Amino acid sequence: MNKEQRNANYNIYVESKVPKTKAWPSLFKAFLIGGIICAIGQGLFDLYGFLFPNLAESELTTCMLMTIIFITCFLTGLGVYDVVGAWGGAGSVIPITGFSNSISSPSIEFKKEGVIYGICVKMFTIAGPVIVCGVVGSIICGFIGLFI
Amino acid sequence: MQTIKFKNKTYLMEGYSIVGPLEGKGPLKDYFDYILIDDTLKEKSFEKAERKLLQKIVRGVIDKSGLNVGDINFMFGGDLLNQIVSSSYTARELELPFIGLYSACATMAEALALAGIFVDNNLCEYSLATTCTHFSSAERQYRFPLELGNQRPPTAQWTITGGGATIVSNIPTNVRLVSVTFGKVIDFGVGDVNNMGAAMAPAACDTIEEHLKNMGRKSNDYDFIATGDLGKLGSEILIDLMENDGIILGKNYQDCGCMMYDKTQRVFMGGSGAGCSASIFNSYILSKLKKGEFKRVLLVSTGALMSTTTSQQGDTIPSIAHAVEFEYVPTNKKQHSTKVDFGKKGRTKINNKSILENNNINSKALNKAKTKLSAAEVKNGN
Repeated sequence: MNKEQRNANYNIYVESKVPKTKAWPSLFKAFLIGGIICAIGQGLFDLYGFLFPNLAESELTTCMLMTIIFITCFLTGLGVYDVVGAWGGAGSVIPITGFSNSISSPSIEFKKEGVIYGICVKMFTIAGPVIVCGVVGSIICGFIGLFI
Repeated sequence: MQTIKFKNKTYLMEGYSIVGPLEGKGPLKDYFDYILIDDTLKEKSFEKAERKLLQKIVRGVIDKSGLNVGDINFMFGGDLLNQIVSSSYTARELELPFIGLYSACATMAEALALAGIFVDNNLCEYSLATTCTHFSSAERQYRFPLELGNQRPPTAQWTITGGGATIVSNIPTNVRLVSVTFGKVIDFGVGDVNNMGAAMAPAACDTIEEHLKNMGRKSNDYDFIATGDLGKLGSEILIDLMENDGIILGKNYQDCGCMMYDKTQRVFMGGSGAGCSASIFNSYILSKLKKGEFKRVLLVSTGALMSTTTSQQGDTIPSIAHAVEFEYVPTNKKQHSTKVDFGKKGRTKINNKSILENNNINSKALNKAKTKLSAAEVKNGN
């Protein structure tokens, strides 16, 4: 038996031994955490609308996002958000809170290497690809929109 | 031949282990010499903390054995951080002649093997083997920031905070180094960095089989066979692989990664890291060996030799395993002193007779070390 054959067989065997993540419990947890985060966002939006009736809807959205981003950064600093993330999975990653966490966590982690080489350089190590994909995606969509 | 047999005169003088707070809540908590309450060790970064941890371990073993730092002829050590900084910086602080090693998580067995070979061939009097890992510095180097809210796959393992050190010398004690087998680098094409156990199991299998063959032994000749950090999945795979080759690993086989934590601790497949086999060997295994509860032990530390760059470039994970065999030497048996006089003055001389009588290496020094430790710092459990 040659090496490639041996490796292929071994990988098939390992695959059969690997425990699988259970889909339904994970989905439920993600739904619960994601739902709570979105409910908090909507609650803040309504609260700001009640407190500041003169603000436009877009401005209320901005205020709500700023608050929720701040709360996430704060919870990341306190070491709470990673626990929420480990439990809730995609439910905590997909909302803007996940984005906020992905920027604040490397900033905290690499603070020891200084402001420039630590915080500034490493800040976007995780969020960077998301931003790049977002920008490239919007350019492509923009072009498509131009021609239809 | 991959196996080197020692010539009856290389002994383990003393072992010392420190683990972090999480490991200190595990099932082996009563065996460790010291359990950290604060895993930052009051340092500004986790890299500095790891360095301090290793320093504490090395000083701990030297104190425990009643020697001075200057008595150690060579320090064999390594760790997981890039350029093995923790070990080299520790050697800088202690001003010890340093032989830096890297076999990832197999470093403890490699260090013990080389320390033993140096002593066995009369190249030195006392050699020290050590390694340690820190969860937080390893996470930072190999994975994601600590506070990132991500999920780990079920096959992931938990790098332990902790480590151990052993002093090897030719002064007779209860524990003798019998032989070592240096492993080949084995790669069965596993590329998933979150499944190290599966990547390392074939290397462990190859080394154990080679060792058994060269020593002419069977797996049940050993009271205890310990692999380094295969984890739950990896050790199951190892048992299967060995069974395919006709070798049955029974109840005498355990994996250090599985022994470190209990079931309620959320560590997925178990512990990993160079410190895993180092801390368990120098606490649980060594204490059982000293008491004679284990007569013959095979320590097989396993290491995955990839880097973050190679795995990002799509390479598979090459792995290695080194095996070291120990045996219990009963104290009532008359032994010959094989101590080689290096003629250096001012060394702590240890009387062979008192060793045989006390069963411990140097009870006075041991007590001294114990009081030193318990004074300012809180000791585990008891």
